[in-house]
Amino acid sequence: MPFVNWLKRRLVVLAGLLTLAYLLLPNVIVTVFSFNKPKGRFNYEWQQFSTDAWQDPCGVADMCGSLSISLQIAVWATVGATLLGTMISFALVRYRFRARGAVNSLIFLPMAMPEVVMAASLLTLFLNMGAQLGFWTILIAHIMFCLSFVVTAVKARVMSMDPRLEEAARDLYAGPVQTFVRVTLPIAAPGIAAGALLSFALSFDDFIITNFNAGSTVTFPMFVWGSAQRGTPVQINVIGTAMFLIAVLFVLTSMVVSNRRNKQKA
Amino acid sequence: MSTLTEAPPPLAPAEPEKRPPRKRGRFTPYWLLLPGMLWLIVFFALPMIYQASTSVQQGSLEEGYKVTWHFATYWNALSEYWPQFLRSVFYAAAATVLCLLLGYPLAYTIAFRAGRWKNLIMILVIAPFFTSFLIRTLAWKTILADSGPVVHTLNSLHVLDLTDWLGWTAGDRVLATPLAVVCGLTYNFLPFMILPLYTSLERIDGRLHEAAGDLYAKPWTTFRKVTFPLSMPGVVSGTLLTFIPAAGDYVNAELLGSTDTRMIGNVIQTQFLRILDYPTAAALSFILMAAILAMVTFYIRRSGTEDLV
Repeated sequence: MPFVNWLKRRLVVLAGLLTLAYLLLPNVIVTVFSFNKPKGRFNYEWQQFSTDAWQDPCGVADMCGSLSISLQIAVWATVGATLLGTMISFALVRYRFRARGAVNSLIFLPMAMPEVVMAASLLTLFLNMGAQLGFWTILIAHIMFCLSFVVTAVKARVMSMDPRLEEAARDLYAGPVQTFVRVTLPIAAPGIAAGALLSFALSFDDFIITNFNAGSTVTFPMFVWGSAQRGTPVQINVIGTAMFLIAVLFVLTSMVVSNRRNKQKA
Repeated sequence: MSTLTEAPPPLAPAEPEKRPPRKRGRFTPYWLLLPGMLWLIVFFALPMIYQASTSVQQGSLEEGYKVTWHFATYWNALSEYWPQFLRSVFYAAAATVLCLLLGYPLAYTIAFRAGRWKNLIMILVIAPFFTSFLIRTLAWKTILADSGPVVHTLNSLHVLDLTDWLGWTAGDRVLATPLAVVCGLTYNFLPFMILPLYTSLERIDGRLHEAAGDLYAKPWTTFRKVTFPLSMPGVVSGTLLTFIPAAGDYVNAELLGSTDTRMIGNVIQTQFLRILDYPTAAALSFILMAAILAMVTFYIRRSGTEDLV
């Protein structure tokens, strides 16, 4: 039975591809329904093909405003978390100091905590301090939960780095600053970039913590959440599709570029 | 990604690990740690204390709250909301098991079978992250719609009769039932299972598989005795990274479920943001945190790995 044998050998791959389909199906639906022309307020049922939403992506009140707020918060949260997180990772890998255990658990705990717990407790702090909820409280929260992920990403990279490379640089009379900028930083860069990319994605997509600490500020995820109650405009799907395409293109280009660089080196 | 850093020569001295690599500047590590740690202390640790304090306060929004050590709040919260707590644990556990069953073959495929498709599949696993998860969760409303092909197929195969009998679905519907919520949770946290699984599978030396085959192990035995045990770190961190956020989630239950599928996250959210009963909300959140931390600690001890994330 050649077919059964063929199937048996590829069973794992077939199961894997089914999972991949499960992962991608919603994206396919989001894309297809960005070309829909719904009858009612909700965009859940296919009616007819139309490119209206693509021609007027900001045609819904407040949506593009919320998108811009989300982008601003994501950029600043990425900058903040990457900076603070990279500093922590270097301290953890390169130095000995007291209270290392406490530092490690303070970094691990935010990742092991359900988001709703962090969100609720942060809100009690802000309420107790009488802080005005809005852009700044969201930014503070985002830097807080992105920090641990940056540390994890950068630490892994710095740890796998050969310390002899820096020794070699110093043997060749590079000063500490020069060694850091020309040797350490370029080697750590992929880890830092991974941490930054992760921060951006986490911050941009965060809903639960933002929902608790946003006050009346509306980020893009909060706009989507609200529209799930009021009626979902097709433009939401347009933004979702565009983000997916941009992400895939971005990663593909960076892969092609790094491939070419590696080939040049070799 | 130079090969220099990734493949140290076999004669690399094991010594340098033991002594601190650099001594210059006794206070340098503290200066590096200070801003980030301060951030985490003020905006992560301190809020936990505020929350603990809020949970034993009494009062009202107008007159303000005072600490009265009113522990009855905990008792009341638990006796009123224990079904939601239980439901959260069940849904999250079901989603975690499903994620493991679905995610393992994919992680295995990427690690050992994908060949030159490896990078592309990796991108496809990660890329959905960049579309807001709320939009993707809403797409499940379309997929599982009452008149849609999925429900139609399940119905004609009499699968829905079975799930109805088990209490997972109700009548001819999938939306607004536990099945829809678990399906959404599984979908949302699947990448968190796949990535750690892939990382630990990737580290396995392919020659171990050949060795097992040379010793007359059948593929299934090789998997059971070699591959799976070696992937345990990935299984442990994958299950944790899936279970923890799933247990606290309220988005799936709200968008895909009904009032009968409310999880503890929904209760905390409503108490905090709509009913404004802060002590009860803080108590519930505190119980959730304690339960999760206890479970995580127990689980890590049992599985004997500290190598997380």
